[in-house]
Amino acid sequence: MTMPTRLPSPYEGPSSSANLADILERVLDKGVVIAGDIRIDLLDIELLTIKLRLIIASVDKAKEMGIDWWEDDPALSSRARRQELARENAELRARLERMEAISGEEELERAREGRERS
Amino acid sequence: MSALRYVYALCRPFSAPLQHPLTGVGGAPARQVEHHGLVAVVSQVPEEDFAEEPLKAHLEDLDWLTATARAHQKVIDALSGVTTPLPLRLATVFRDDSGVRVMIEERKDDLRRALDRVEGRVEWGVKVYIDDRETDTAESDSPAGKATSGRDYLRQRRTRTMAHEEMWEKVEEFARRLHGTLSSHAEESRLHAPQNSVLSRASGRNVLNAAYLVARSSSEEFVELVGRTGDDTPGIRVELTGPWAAYSFTGLMEGET
Repeated sequence: MTMPTRLPSPYEGPSSSANLADILERVLDKGVVIAGDIRIDLLDIELLTIKLRLIIASVDKAKEMGIDWWEDDPALSSRARRQELARENAELRARLERMEAISGEEELERAREGRERS
Repeated sequence: MSALRYVYALCRPFSAPLQHPLTGVGGAPARQVEHHGLVAVVSQVPEEDFAEEPLKAHLEDLDWLTATARAHQKVIDALSGVTTPLPLRLATVFRDDSGVRVMIEERKDDLRRALDRVEGRVEWGVKVYIDDRETDTAESDSPAGKATSGRDYLRQRRTRTMAHEEMWEKVEEFARRLHGTLSSHAEESRLHAPQNSVLSRASGRNVLNAAYLVARSSSEEFVELVGRTGDDTPGIRVELTGPWAAYSFTGLMEGET
């Protein structure tokens, strides 16, 4: 049983003691949504929030523990997104080469067969 | 670089003085923009951080996000000491004061309704955890000891699985009961998605993650109620956070009225 030692009166907010996940959950995911002049893609934030739900301990503690999964997560890190794109490109290029090689061989094969028949 | 306006909250005009000079994101002083009998609490933020592109990049930077979220929450907390603020979502940004006024003008009816709904109330967060370590320890302490044959192994595995399932059922039942009791003592309640504890196995698995809207005057009672309902069963842990501004009850989220 974890209980706060303080009672709600006089008003004392939770921010000094609340864990980061609780603060982020509210500040990012709850609260009034008003479209400001600076438009940010809310969908981006939703994605971020889902990822952030995974965060319970402080970020520092996570880093201490060697947990830095978000750095490789395309939804969280633009660097990871770039890497993902580069990887996909390389994969597609390799596939294309393989296909070209195969169709090239087939053509050769057909040509050879043609010669043999004639 | 010019400055933009970051809006933290909306509230009714208040006369009580804030305890300390209020500072917001980046240490900038917070001030009030009053319009149509509503007050927006704003501070200036640099365009180089809060224009669309840099903001998007920042939102992926956990250190930045943490600092900004804490600064945001600090302002909301300070306001809660003197009035009942309607907290906005992180990074609600306008070009200038007149942009803020236009927003108030357009949304004033919604905002007033939402403010009435939360006036004099606070939000309490209650989470129930099942401590996986407890159940694991209980299992390894079981007299069965090491399996000596394949059949033994299967039997032990079955016993473990059943113990685990029983524990889960017990915790779920406990959470359901607790939520029922607390809901009946709150004006409104919301169930949030459980927090996933990938990063801190020590604190167990989150089974219930709920928020309750409670009148400030009944809050002491509510806190005591949570304390009394806490279960002594090993492996179950109840955590209370708050009082928060009524983040989960603003009624202006998508999909709500």
